[in-house]
Amino acid sequence: MRKANVNQKRCVACGECVYTCPKGAVNIKNGCFAVVDKTICVGCGLCAMACPADCIKIWEGEQNEK
Amino acid sequence: MRNKKWYDYMWIWAIIYFSVSFFNILFAWLGMIDFLIPVIVAVIGGNKWFCNNMCGRGQLFRVLGKNCKLSRNKPAPKWLSSNGFRYGFMAFFFLMFGNMVYQTYLVAAGAKSLHQVVKLFWTFKVPFRWAYSAGSAPSWVAQYSFGLYSLMVTSTLIGLIVMVFYKPRTWCSFCPMGTLTQGVCKIKEK
Repeated sequence: MRKANVNQKRCVACGECVYTCPKGAVNIKNGCFAVVDKTICVGCGLCAMACPADCIKIWEGEQNEK
Repeated sequence: MRNKKWYDYMWIWAIIYFSVSFFNILFAWLGMIDFLIPVIVAVIGGNKWFCNNMCGRGQLFRVLGKNCKLSRNKPAPKWLSSNGFRYGFMAFFFLMFGNMVYQTYLVAAGAKSLHQVVKLFWTFKVPFRWAYSAGSAPSWVAQYSFGLYSLMVTSTLIGLIVMVFYKPRTWCSFCPMGTLTQGVCKIKEK
C-alpha cells in the first residue's frame, strides 16, 4: 500500500504535515524532521500536497527516506 | 486533521499585532514574543512546538492561502528550502536585525535622532510619523519599535508573496526562526 515518505534531510520541521494529516499519522521528532507512522498512514497524500519544502512523497517504500 | 485547539486561532493575533502597531508603533515590541518564545521552547523543550502550533503568521498564511484560496499551491523551487539558502537567509536576517539594534543604540546614545519610518525589504523607507507621539516613550524605545515593525512587515510581505506563488506556508520553509530552532533541536539531538 502507498504510504507517505519523508525526506528527513530536506524536511524543515514546520509541522504543516502534522496539522494536515486526517489520521494523525505524522509527528515532528524533537523539532528535527517529520516522521510518518506507517501503521496509521493511509497514503492520502494530503501531507505531500501541504508540505512547503516538497519533501514528502507517496510511494510503496518501507521506511522514511534518510 | 486534529480537532481545533485555542492556539489554532493565533492568526487573529497576527492581524491584531500588525493593525494595532500600525497606529501605535510601541506595540511592535510585542513582536519580541515571536522571536524569543520559539528559541526558549527549542532550547529548553528541544522541539519546535511554537513554530508548529502557535506561530500566528504561519497560521495566517495557511488561512489566506488555503481557506481563502489565495495560494496557487505550486511547489516552490527546491533551493528555497535547501540548507544553503535557509542558513544564508538566516544569517542575512540576523545581520539586518543586528544593524537595527545598532541603530537603536545610536539613538539611545544621542548620536542619531529618531527616524520615524518603516523600512520595507530593508530598503524602502515609508514615513510613519502618525504612529508615535513624541515623549510617549524614550526615543530609543520608539526607534526599536520602528525597526522591529519594519522586520515583521517585511518578513510578512515576503511570506505573503511566496504564499500566493507557491504553497501557503512556503515562508516557513526558510523562516529564520524556523531555521534557528530546527538547528538548536538538531544540536540537542546529537
